[in-house]
Amino acid sequence: MNPLWTLVPPLVVIPFIIFFGESRRNLREASIILAGIALLAINDRIYSAVVSGKVVESGELSLLANFSLRLSAEPMGVMFGLLASFLWVVTTVYSIGYMRGHDEKNQTRFYCCFALAIACVMAAAYADNLLTLFVAYEAITLSTFPLVTHAGNDASRKAGRLYLLLLMCGSIGLFLPAIIWIATAAGTLDFKAGGILSDAGMSKASIAVLLALCVFGVGKAAVMPMHRWLPAAMVAPTPVSALLHAVAVVKTGVFTILKVVTYTFGIDMISTTGVAGYVLPIVAFTVIASSLIAFTKDNLKARLAYSTISQLSYIVMAALLATTMSVTGGALHIVMHAFGKITLFFCAGAIMVSLHKTQISDLDGMGRRMPITMFCFFIGALGIIGLPPASGVWSKLLIAGGSLEAGNAFWIAVLMLSTLLNIAYLLPIPLRAFFKPAKEPVTEGWTEAPFPSLWAIGLTTTVCILLFFFPQPLINLLGLIQWR
Amino acid sequence: MIADQLPALTIVLPMLAAPLCVLARRPLACWVIALCANFLAVLSAWGMFWQVRDDGVIRYALGGWAAPTGIEYYVDMMNATMLLLVSFISCVVLVYAYRSVNKSVQSAKHYLFYAAWMLCLTGLLGICITGDAFNVFVFLEISSLSMYMLIAFGNDKRALFASFRYLIMGSIGASFILIGIGFLYAATGALNMVDLAQRIPDAESQRAVLVAFSFLTIGLMIKSAVFPLHGWLANAYQHSPVAVTAFLAGTATKVSLYVLLRFFFSIFGPGYSFGSMFLNVVLLPAAVAGFLMLSLVAIFQTDLRRMLAYSSVAQIGYIIAAFCLASQSGLTAGIVHIINHGIIKTVLFMSVGCILYRVGHTHSNSLDNLFHKMPLTVTAFILSGLGLIGVPLTVGFVSKFSLISASMERGWWMIGALVLLSSLFAIVYIGRVVEIMLFRKSRNSTPEPVGRHEAPMMMLIPMYVLIGISIWFGVSGSTTLAVASEAAAALLGGYQ
Repeated sequence: MNPLWTLVPPLVVIPFIIFFGESRRNLREASIILAGIALLAINDRIYSAVVSGKVVESGELSLLANFSLRLSAEPMGVMFGLLASFLWVVTTVYSIGYMRGHDEKNQTRFYCCFALAIACVMAAAYADNLLTLFVAYEAITLSTFPLVTHAGNDASRKAGRLYLLLLMCGSIGLFLPAIIWIATAAGTLDFKAGGILSDAGMSKASIAVLLALCVFGVGKAAVMPMHRWLPAAMVAPTPVSALLHAVAVVKTGVFTILKVVTYTFGIDMISTTGVAGYVLPIVAFTVIASSLIAFTKDNLKARLAYSTISQLSYIVMAALLATTMSVTGGALHIVMHAFGKITLFFCAGAIMVSLHKTQISDLDGMGRRMPITMFCFFIGALGIIGLPPASGVWSKLLIAGGSLEAGNAFWIAVLMLSTLLNIAYLLPIPLRAFFKPAKEPVTEGWTEAPFPSLWAIGLTTTVCILLFFFPQPLINLLGLIQWR
Repeated sequence: MIADQLPALTIVLPMLAAPLCVLARRPLACWVIALCANFLAVLSAWGMFWQVRDDGVIRYALGGWAAPTGIEYYVDMMNATMLLLVSFISCVVLVYAYRSVNKSVQSAKHYLFYAAWMLCLTGLLGICITGDAFNVFVFLEISSLSMYMLIAFGNDKRALFASFRYLIMGSIGASFILIGIGFLYAATGALNMVDLAQRIPDAESQRAVLVAFSFLTIGLMIKSAVFPLHGWLANAYQHSPVAVTAFLAGTATKVSLYVLLRFFFSIFGPGYSFGSMFLNVVLLPAAVAGFLMLSLVAIFQTDLRRMLAYSSVAQIGYIIAAFCLASQSGLTAGIVHIINHGIIKTVLFMSVGCILYRVGHTHSNSLDNLFHKMPLTVTAFILSGLGLIGVPLTVGFVSKFSLISASMERGWWMIGALVLLSSLFAIVYIGRVVEIMLFRKSRNSTPEPVGRHEAPMMMLIPMYVLIGISIWFGVSGSTTLAVASEAAAALLGGYQ
């Protein structure tokens, strides 16, 4: 199976989307769902090939004299690819309910850019070298820009400007120099087990600077102070926030950092030189500070956005701890957090469509009107916090274990503190909705979200619970990573 | 055999087309003549390119007179590439020019326009092909004089002033170059470039060579619009007919940069220019200040053409900075950027020309929601704008990646960092315009008629041909990098 196939469904569906257009919207959305299922099937084939130990790679396209574009599958990428393609299908189903229920304009453009972004995410997931990953990374920024500015009003244009500026400045100003530096020092940009920098003869100081350039240059990972775009981008329609800003875009960021740490620096190099020690405090600060900021936000999506920033920094922290256990935990957290957070975003969107409410303080008593949504919100919140019976437990456990393996219990304290904060800012939302009396008298009866949206919420919630009971396939897959 | 006569044909064909245009008079006939001549020039440049690539340098004695007496055409990888680039861009823009010129130039003057265009092309190709220093000056004057004329065709009174201003600056530049060549002749007694290159090492100690070097440096800096001697460029680009701007932006300054390369690397040799004369001390600060300040200036321009003109000066700064590295990788980066920037800047000006054609002005602040009216044009603008920024998979990325890695190789970290900084400015000035075109709702109280009103196909197709090429060069950058690296090797290797 050539990983290039993963680019085919999302790209091929674009002409269909344009062709069907607004007038035949059922066909338009059906074609996207078909493409999504095809993509999922392709990713599944790649998964089984990788598990059975086959080499899965594409040909190469020589972009620069010594560096080429090339795709190949490795465990982390397969996991990310599966995740993104699965959630693409679910989000499309959800969007049908949301976009129609909300009467959004320019839906055709929306679905086109969405498909394009998914193709770029696939390229990122299967990138065989840093150059390919960088190309895909930039393409994701550009293809999601029209989604952020979808509404076309002043607020969304301002957010779009910030989005583009922060991400592009980070990637061109910091990440690209790091890549060129690596290319000059090591003579290659390939992802190799154990890293490519060990023979480059770089001093400890250079490696520390290089690592910092990578961590801060990858603005999508939203480590402070590069995080501002994420809350701003929440002006986008909720399905965009859900898939792109809780899963695809931000996860590409942390995925990039995980890949760079594992296959460019090599975890041994980072742990023996101790260079991560300079960056880790900032990452830990991000974990705590953004949780604290999340407290102060009354807007539901803004609170979820800050919660995302905090959770992303878990993964960055896991990468920088640079032990096999912590990196596995970080990679696992990509999936675990994705299902939890997408459930929460779906719920937020459902509340917006059905009740037209965006503020948390207005949700008192709304559990009676949207019990299913609110219950799913509760499960999703448990997933983010890391409490049974939801998925986040395992990844947090692994990251904590990795911290011990790295010989520093301090980072466990950070994790636990942030978990407490998670409980404090997430759980009150469903609790208020169920147990507090409503502010104004409400009409009795259920006003749940449109059926497709509700179906999507139910599905992600189910997966959230399933992953608690059956995390083993994922852990087995990540066990195939070649560390050295 | 015709294959042996290609160097002469490349020059003679467009030169003959000019008087033919004057004889023919009718606009369409002139255009067909010019286009045919141009197309044949492209074919012969293409033929020469492959001859050089396969069999090595072509040395062609014009009129059969051998080198020291007669004029010699000397074609290596470097100028074969330039010839192909210049003739090809001219050909594509000429196709585009027909509709655009019909609208902006009085039809009674069309024959002069095409004649001047052909002369300009002759001059530019001649500069590239010749192996004789004085002949460079002659062709430089041919191209410059016809260029002043082309610029003055702009239908705005300010075009005359812009043309006059360019004439003054251009003449100063050209006289400096002439003085430089004169001194060289006095010091060495040679005008043939190969001879010059051989004799200069013996004459290096003479003050005349030093003076020649200084005059040439300043003269070439003016002609190639290196900051701070770029004053003529913005007006000329803004007010001339937009097809001319597209043609000039892709070729004129690039050819001057080629002459600069030829003199400093092949004739004087990098050891002399950058070793004993410390040329990089002069050029590098100018280049860096150029690309930083002019990118910044471009942000504040409200006229699209002026913005792109300043961005051109900034891009020339990148190219000069790459030359200053005086290494194989640095020259490769510079030459690749000559090719890449030549293509994308032409496309940008062509798309602005389409906007001018339909909208009637190029004030970036009143192009609200243009995307709905002219989707193809705006797409072209965005695609090449991304190239200007240097987004991966565009040609700009190939150039910038090689420039930055070349400067890191040399240990000049700062240059790499500053190049990136100015790329960030490029995000702002391109992004600002794109945002207006894509997302801003029209503020006019009377809504304009909505609906597609795309530029004519004859303007769109040539534009998309160039875009196709730029995408190809962006996705598979090693194609151009390989050519550029052979050209750089030819320059650094000196004359055989």
